[in-house]
Amino acid sequence: MTEPLLQVRALRKSFGALAVTDDVSLSVTEGELHAIIGPNGAGKTTLISQLSGQLAPDSGTILYDGAPITRLDMAARVRRGLARSFQITALLPGMSVLENVSLAVQARSGSSYRFWRPVADDAALSQEAMQALDEVGLADRAHRPARALSHGEQRQLELAVALATKPRLLLLDEPLAGTGGQEAEVLISLMRRLKDRLTIVLIEHDMGAVFALADRVSVLVYGQIAASGTPGDIRADPKVRAAYLGEEEEGTPDA
Amino acid sequence: MFNLFVLQLLNGAQFGILLFLVAAGLTLVFGIMDFINLAHGVLYMVGAYLMAMLSALTGSFWGGLLLALPATLVFGLVLEFLVFRRLYDRSHLDQVLATFGLVMILSEGVKIIWGAAPLSVSMPDVLSGSIPLLGPLRYPVYRLAVIAAGLASAVGLWALINHTRAGMLLRAGASNRAMVSALGVDISRLFMLVFAFGAMLAGFAGAIVAPILSVDPGMGESILILTFVVIVIGGVGSIRGAFLAALLVGVVDTVGRTFGPILLRMVMEPAAAAQLGRTLAPMLVYLLMAAVLFYSPTGLFGRKAAR
Amino acid sequence: MNLRPRLIAALAIFVGMALVPPVAAALGDPFLTVIASRMLVFAIAALSLDLILGYGAMVSFGHAAYVGVGAYAVAIGARFGVTDLLAQMALGALMSAAFALVTGAISLRTRGVYFIMITLAFAQMAFFFFVSQSSLGGDDGVALTARSTLLSTDVLESDIAFFYTILAVLVLCYGGLYRLTNARFGRVLTGTRENPLRMQAIGYRPFPYQLTAYVIAACIASVAGVLLANQTEYVSPAYMAWSRSGELIVMLVLGGIGTLTGAMAGALITVGLEHTFAAWSEHWRLGFGLLLVLVVLFSPDGITGLLKRLGVGPRHD
Repeated sequence: MTEPLLQVRALRKSFGALAVTDDVSLSVTEGELHAIIGPNGAGKTTLISQLSGQLAPDSGTILYDGAPITRLDMAARVRRGLARSFQITALLPGMSVLENVSLAVQARSGSSYRFWRPVADDAALSQEAMQALDEVGLADRAHRPARALSHGEQRQLELAVALATKPRLLLLDEPLAGTGGQEAEVLISLMRRLKDRLTIVLIEHDMGAVFALADRVSVLVYGQIAASGTPGDIRADPKVRAAYLGEEEEGTPDA
Repeated sequence: MFNLFVLQLLNGAQFGILLFLVAAGLTLVFGIMDFINLAHGVLYMVGAYLMAMLSALTGSFWGGLLLALPATLVFGLVLEFLVFRRLYDRSHLDQVLATFGLVMILSEGVKIIWGAAPLSVSMPDVLSGSIPLLGPLRYPVYRLAVIAAGLASAVGLWALINHTRAGMLLRAGASNRAMVSALGVDISRLFMLVFAFGAMLAGFAGAIVAPILSVDPGMGESILILTFVVIVIGGVGSIRGAFLAALLVGVVDTVGRTFGPILLRMVMEPAAAAQLGRTLAPMLVYLLMAAVLFYSPTGLFGRKAAR
Repeated sequence: MNLRPRLIAALAIFVGMALVPPVAAALGDPFLTVIASRMLVFAIAALSLDLILGYGAMVSFGHAAYVGVGAYAVAIGARFGVTDLLAQMALGALMSAAFALVTGAISLRTRGVYFIMITLAFAQMAFFFFVSQSSLGGDDGVALTARSTLLSTDVLESDIAFFYTILAVLVLCYGGLYRLTNARFGRVLTGTRENPLRMQAIGYRPFPYQLTAYVIAACIASVAGVLLANQTEYVSPAYMAWSRSGELIVMLVLGGIGTLTGAMAGALITVGLEHTFAAWSEHWRLGFGLLLVLVVLFSPDGITGLLKRLGVGPRHD
């Protein structure tokens, strides 16, 4: 087996006295879909934020493709192929769907210090952006303002934007949040297609989706990895059932 | 030379104290409500004008001061009720525009009521004259009284903030507004009090400075910007920061104006030193601000995550 | 994106303003042209502020400083024998760019109320710098002996030729900014306004783009300053007083933030209103301030919202 694409070693982050990430170590192999599950407040989003560079950890190391990226900011990590989606939709609401995506294409293709040529005439940008929109099934919405999309469509756009950065590793923070029924199914089948060509770290509350998609699952409880293994192992782990799955089966998945 | 330095140091401290009185209320308003108020400087001006009017009316400095304080408090309450409370949830841009409009109204209003010519307020007899200080050096009693009054206010404020329930809420609110709301505190009433109290402090500063400065319609604007510098250096929402920064700005500005040219003369010819000194002296506090910001974008005592 | 109507509106402004001198001649009121010149100068300044405030969401309260620096470039240039308008514009832009680069780099490390206060403070620093220059008239400023030359001619001495020169500069600035805001750079700037976090998550660092926009805006503002000095034939620190910066923001908001046409319209309206009010009463600021407060207070989403509801306002896209 080759070296893992992403390796997290002894990561720690506290807010005041509260240890939100408490000695987390994790490795993600190239090509796998690694799901991270855990009850609300377990520190999942905080973990993703440290992986993506939005938050700086107090200590610990993050290795990506063999090199430490712990001190790189978000933009630098994206340029190396590490993209993320947000749990709470973070789009450019006043701009069109196509512009949302083509800005991501623009970020990695050529200089943005161009002051004269209208970006709308840049066929290469629009073309690549349309491909990403096609992939998530939003091509017919390209010229709508992002804020006019339905919630499910905005979740699809989140994915399209992340894809447009041409990532090698995709960090998805609850892509299904707030969606239901058909919207969720569209997104799940999309992720199924994506996992064939990308490495994905997925945070998700929808256990059906997690066990259908994941190659490996890690359980995060109170900032610590409580268990890690194949979906089968995790499902069978009595500790996990007690700490997490039991609660989840009775309660409704929370956004 | 040493005597001159002590003299300027005292003048600087006196100026700094005034800046602190104006900045104290404003920094809390910024910190707690994330609200930018350009009209705070005119409250200082209004305080001075009310002092001029009321002391003339009562024929006594003390009578004027006694009436000017509640008057500015009421004035602050009225402004809060009429204008500010409608702006808390608005964008910074709306806040800037509305309070800028208020500055125009109040500055012009003052001109209409009292005219554009400077007014003066006479000193009370007890506080006029000067007392000996360090050998041949004498210092005006009134300026010492201003320093003492300012320090007393600062101590009072410190006690209020550190030893009362309202103060505790304020400290909590300045660092985390959501938390205070979550405690079930009526944040709008708390803020109304802070605002009115801040207005009174600014008015108090205007009132006690009236006998040593001329009272004119432009006085609010120049102090406003220096107050901003103080708040930026001290860190938004920090009373302690405002106090230290106000003294720092007051001393640097005052001492710099006198000693800048003197120091420069040691390294260059007098004419060039004089011109450079004149140029640099008024810029010093802004350069100080730039230096502090370069070192820490949220000021000396600001929250780390500036919004 | 409703671009066509906006382009047409801008064109209407240009054509309408171009008609002012002949109309003024027909009415026998040459003062109209003088006021219209002033309107155009502030339209240029408002355009430049719109780039950072409207497109970049940087609420700068010190923009008048750059207008002032441009004005002083005329006085300084004239002192050293540089009387050509274009050379003075280059000098003003250079001085503004240097000042904007340093102060912008410091200000842009901060956000929100800090940014507003710091830009205001730096503008005040520039104000005091020129107040202390006794060779440039200090507090009182300095009168210019003549307007700038243009390509070694004194054609600008004619109010009408000067008017059309300003109009040409305005059209150029509008055209340039129109291209810029629709080019790659403009998209990044707008995207940062919409959601800086999102922009970082797709690989941008907002800071250098914001700083670039800040410097460009400063340069354009200084061009307006060069023209303002020529229009009034006077240079004074009062041009960079903080209330001037406030007036520039008022112009933007009246006309509609984030649209170039709106910025120009706002400048024309504001200068026009000021002249009208000033003719009524010396205390016109009272009325102007009252108008400002009332509009902000009683339109839940500010002046833009009010205009939007009246159906004449801009949209944020």
